Amino acid sequence: MRGLFYTVSALAVMGLGYWAYYENYETQEALRTASALQSEIGTSRETLSVLAAEWAYLNRPERLRDLADLNFSDLELLPITPEQFGEVAQVIYPAPEIELKISDINGAVDVRGDYLAEDGEQYP
Amino acid sequence: MIRTPLRPLARILQARQKGENPDRIERENIRQRHEDMRDRMRQRAESRLLFVGVFFMIAFVLVGGRMTELAATEPVEPRASTSGAKIVAQRADIVDRNGRVLATNLITNSLYAQPNLMVEPERAAKELVAIFPDLKLERLIKDFTGTRKFLWVKKKLSPEQLQAVHDIGDPGLLFGPREMRLYPNGKLAAQVLGGASFGREGVHSAEVIGTAGVEKTFDKYLRDPAMDGAPLKLSLDMTIQAASRQILEGGMKLMNAKGATSVLMDVRTGEIISMVSLPDFDPNTRPNGLIKGDPSESPLFNRAVQGVYELGSTFKIFAVSQALELGLVDLDTMINTKGPLQKGSYKIRDFKDYGAQLSVKDVIVKSSNIGTARIALDIGGERQQEFLKSLGLFEPTSVELGEAHGAKPLLPKKWAEIYTMTVSYGHGIATSPLHLAAAYSSVVNGGTLVKPTIIKQTNVELGPRVISEQTSAQVRTMLREVVTRGTASLGRVPGYEVGGKTGTADKPKPTGGYYKDKVIATFASAFPMSDPKYVLIVTLDEPSENSGKKPRRTAGWTAVPVAAEMIRRTAPLLGLRPELDRGELSKVVNTASH
Repeated sequence: MRGLFYTVSALAVMGLGYWAYYENYETQEALRTASALQSEIGTSRETLSVLAAEWAYLNRPERLRDLADLNFSDLELLPITPEQFGEVAQVIYPAPEIELKISDINGAVDVRGDYLAEDGEQYP
Repeated sequence: MIRTPLRPLARILQARQKGENPDRIERENIRQRHEDMRDRMRQRAESRLLFVGVFFMIAFVLVGGRMTELAATEPVEPRASTSGAKIVAQRADIVDRNGRVLATNLITNSLYAQPNLMVEPERAAKELVAIFPDLKLERLIKDFTGTRKFLWVKKKLSPEQLQAVHDIGDPGLLFGPREMRLYPNGKLAAQVLGGASFGREGVHSAEVIGTAGVEKTFDKYLRDPAMDGAPLKLSLDMTIQAASRQILEGGMKLMNAKGATSVLMDVRTGEIISMVSLPDFDPNTRPNGLIKGDPSESPLFNRAVQGVYELGSTFKIFAVSQALELGLVDLDTMINTKGPLQKGSYKIRDFKDYGAQLSVKDVIVKSSNIGTARIALDIGGERQQEFLKSLGLFEPTSVELGEAHGAKPLLPKKWAEIYTMTVSYGHGIATSPLHLAAAYSSVVNGGTLVKPTIIKQTNVELGPRVISEQTSAQVRTMLREVVTRGTASLGRVPGYEVGGKTGTADKPKPTGGYYKDKVIATFASAFPMSDPKYVLIVTLDEPSENSGKKPRRTAGWTAVPVAAEMIRRTAPLLGLRPELDRGELSKVVNTASH
């Protein structure tokens, strides 16, 4: 009985020892991965902050104003002024889209000859 | 253990035979036993002491060793924690009210030298001077070949310079990482932001500390790691700040002024939407303060906050609004404006003669000094002081800029009756344009006190009441008429119902007395007057408009047109819709039905 107890205890100690050893290495590996990830995140954040700074620098109002002036012929951008505000009623209602069928165009030649302009002049 | 008996029979019998006292043997044995016990006890105590001593020795060595280790090694980030690595920079960003960056950080490098590691100190010195022309060759050679073991060469390097120094290839030239404060918008809001410089410096890092403006006021907040890098949100709006600066700079040149400042403030919250002070500087390369001469001439000087000027007739509205509030007058009460008004040896005159009397409204519209002085005399010095104090015109402003505490308004030492009169039209009292902006906000917003702030506010409680709603409405009517038919007729901006009050004050000479041809011209305005949203103060220093025969220096000709242009440009950006009269709109025709 006692012999069995000692054998089991010895085996348990060996098993636990192996487990502890294994866990230790696992943990170290996880820590290495974590610190690699941390430093990657750190580098990415640093890059991000540099990019943000660069973005802010490129979008400074002074530069945008100069660019708008330089490219005035293409963009035609002007500072916003009170005169540019309007009423909704000033917006022209969109014209309905006309669907043309080939059959509609057939009679066009006949109509053209009869058209009388408002000033009374007749067009051929 | 074998105990020795106290009375061993053999010896007792022997002693008895010899006729000796056997008790002596017992005593002798007891003594010996005690001695043994004592020795054992001593030994045990000694070993215990030794054990405790060794234990403490080891403990102290361990603690001491750990302390030395912690003190002598570089700090290491905790690797196992899940969060963390959130903060990149030691100093948080500063952003405007819409989150656009006003100040941020860049990682750069500093250059230091360890001459004892150098291979060719003289060649390194020569090549360094070729890269950085501002370094002195003789000085470098002296430092590199002398006894010094360490010296800083450059605090900030650009990536190109870094590569060039690398290419020298001397092992004694070393780099340390540095965080650099960057202000991407250059001169925009320079005085508000202030600037930053290095504090304590080490090889691996350096403190970045604020030297002026919000950088200084919020230094602790910006560097607090507990904030997790949350940016500081200012009340400024970058777009409006840029537009204001452009217009003010143009206006300053056009009006031949040597300095100018503008403050745009939200009338309810006291938030400063834009604050410009010209001339300004680039906070990326903040210049040193002036050593001699007038500090107020320096570009570092924030005229809006630090500039304490006599702001002239813009103060008239305070006297009149108080008189209205107290019920002494109403808008149509006639005031005697026959001039000059003599008080002792002092004569008060108007810009020109406005006749025998003017209504209270016209006293403001035409800006009559005599009329305001008479109203102020009715109010009396004590009540006048109380009212001006309640508007915050007696104390430095509470704005969160380090410079504000020093800008205490200049008041008459003794409030004699003559000062009651002159202060009513803005002479003898000097305040900053920011004081004026807050006071105007308070009188036009319905009458509740406004405290200026540079930080974006989320919900603001109304301040204590300074005048009634009704008086505030009357004040708005008067200010509007100053623009429609008074001294600020150039301030009309179609659609925005601008109202305001001009003020032209002669500049005081440093030696005493006033200059005849140097003025401070101010226009204090609010818009739209039916329901004011913003107050704009424009102040020009020594303007002179030279298009006519004689140079014109009054605010109506100088500050007002600049302010009008500023409102025309910024009001649409502020999201205010102009109330334009567009005439009859053409009838909407639905073409689809025809």
